[in-house]
Amino acid sequence: MSSLAAKKVLFSGNEALAQGAYDAGVRVAAAYPGTPSTEILQYLSKFKEVDSQWSVNEKVAFEVALGAAIGGARALYASKHVGINVAMDPMMTSGYTGINAGFVVVSCDDPGLHSSQNEQDNRILAQAAKIPLLEPSSAQEAYFFVQEAFRISEEFDTPVFLRMTTRICHAKEDVTIGKKKEVPVKPFNIDVAKYVMVPGNAHRRHIVLEKRLEDLKDFASTSTLNVAEMNDPKIGVITNGTSYLYVKEMIPQASILKLGMSFPFPDDLVKTFASNVEKVFVIEELDSFVEDKVKALGISCTGKDKSFCIGELRPEHIPLILKGKAQESKLASGRKPSLCPGCGHRMVFNVLKELQVTVSGDIGCYTLGVLPPFSSIHTCVCMGAGVTIFEGLRHAKNNNVVGVIGDSTFVHSGITGLINAAYNNVTGVIIILDNSVTAMTGGQPHPGVGLTLKGEKTKKLSLEKIAQASGADYVDVIDPIRVKDFKKLLTKRMSQKKLSVIIARRACKLLTDKQTKTKG
Amino acid sequence: MTQANPKKSINIIFYGIGGQGVLKASEACGMAALLEGHHVKKTDVHGMSQRGGSVESGLRFGQEVISPLIPKGEADFIICLHPEEYKSPHGLLRDSGIDLMPYTHKAHEILAENKIFVNSFLLGVLSGYLNISEKNWVKALAQVFGEKRQKENLTFFKKGRQWAKRL
Repeated sequence: MSSLAAKKVLFSGNEALAQGAYDAGVRVAAAYPGTPSTEILQYLSKFKEVDSQWSVNEKVAFEVALGAAIGGARALYASKHVGINVAMDPMMTSGYTGINAGFVVVSCDDPGLHSSQNEQDNRILAQAAKIPLLEPSSAQEAYFFVQEAFRISEEFDTPVFLRMTTRICHAKEDVTIGKKKEVPVKPFNIDVAKYVMVPGNAHRRHIVLEKRLEDLKDFASTSTLNVAEMNDPKIGVITNGTSYLYVKEMIPQASILKLGMSFPFPDDLVKTFASNVEKVFVIEELDSFVEDKVKALGISCTGKDKSFCIGELRPEHIPLILKGKAQESKLASGRKPSLCPGCGHRMVFNVLKELQVTVSGDIGCYTLGVLPPFSSIHTCVCMGAGVTIFEGLRHAKNNNVVGVIGDSTFVHSGITGLINAAYNNVTGVIIILDNSVTAMTGGQPHPGVGLTLKGEKTKKLSLEKIAQASGADYVDVIDPIRVKDFKKLLTKRMSQKKLSVIIARRACKLLTDKQTKTKG
Repeated sequence: MTQANPKKSINIIFYGIGGQGVLKASEACGMAALLEGHHVKKTDVHGMSQRGGSVESGLRFGQEVISPLIPKGEADFIICLHPEEYKSPHGLLRDSGIDLMPYTHKAHEILAENKIFVNSFLLGVLSGYLNISEKNWVKALAQVFGEKRQKENLTFFKKGRQWAKRL
């Protein structure tokens, strides 16, 4: 039907974004896996020209990508929303240093908590870091926006924050794609005043940064990323991301100001739009980021009822929001996931339950140990906290407690916690549930596996050696399906006034095939 | 399937549990629609489906599709792949919408040990209600399901296609 059929592909938002980055000449890409962001790097890893990697964690990924951009190669960082928290340290200063070649920071937020521990709205973090914020609403836009993000990054010498949400990342649609651009690597010129953030330099760079934000504000009002679709002047809706699609679907007669770039905020454009409509509504998912800014301009507008700050927005919510109504709080129903039948680590949770131990848990498959029949995870906050919350519980004089953490998570941010526990003379048992893969996100390799993102062989991190070097008094490796031995070992170690690490090692059943198939 | 408003999209909800090929079924139908020249949008919930959780996919196609999420009460077809997961379609279907649950029961009855082909069978049933050529269906199935068990997938698709509109 369409003459463009040849260039049309059925792409998810993540695939479209990755293809767009590739077509924009991205050369270095770094990430730690996390739903709903994982497929971006998986897709990019297929291209020989892109130096792509799974990094140890998001802070590392961010710094590697920023370094590549400073070095002159177009670079991309990607993670789920909570990954940005881990990368905040470099991100907060990256706006000061600026870049050399384009640098795009992709944050995949998860409204509705499909697979996350919170539903934070990362738009505010782009603002906190004072870097421009772009928000596509679909896979097709993700393809274009990432290319524009690289352009803006280089024009304004700044990292650009590109925010996706689950319904863009994982929604598929027909996407029209263009051609790849050849972008040569730029030379890296030593510039101490720009790249060495000691107080004096950082002060001068802060002045540059604030001036840049003013320029970006002007740019936002004229950029084609922000579009006013004038229709019925009685109702004007300012919206963004997927909310735009829901508004357009449910109230096609409305005039719409679609914000594809909402930080710095396009004041002039918003004022003009507001003056051309009788009533202004702001419809956005999660926090009232845009609404607060519209109100700060002195424009009278109606936002959503507070109840809509929780959970995902859906098309049928739009009429409710216009009427100022609240949403009924509804917990997701349906069948709960569970630890796979045949997973060796089910046994660990059986034993923990039997021994009635308090368990400080972490993020991964084994978080499912919280659900019946195991019901034996008692805290879970963020990556790495299985070790450190355990330490805190010990300091609060809880004796009958263990920490559990997965292998990938241990490498991500458990090692520092273990060193801290050893350094501060903490005693007790930390169990590393080692299934030799980053399993929950679909089976990505990590340093403990000995394979890279591209499936190439590499140095393999020894968990037992690093646990020893961190200061654990005992390090035991055991197959968790030897239930009796495991139970005996755990009981013994818990009774000793020492710091112990038990590595319960059994490879993930689902992924053994996939892993052996990777090219050597 | 005739539509009062040609611009209105066809909306289909697929659901079941991890491992049944719910997402593949949705993808194959989306691919067939794409090959037919439609605009397509599809959105899945599959965060932890590999661990046996619920899986749901919404597929929309037509001359113009705006939202990837199907507004409540606008589904044309609901396809539940797993009898134990079945929920009343009340409030989800359009007045003219069709719940294909009788065919799911039929599929489980006919396929017996071949339950992994429930998705292909139900796609066959669905194909009987949609204006998409068999050629494009076959092409889409090959693209999405791959070479593995291609023949069986096609056999059960055709079986389902024969059952369409009979229950």
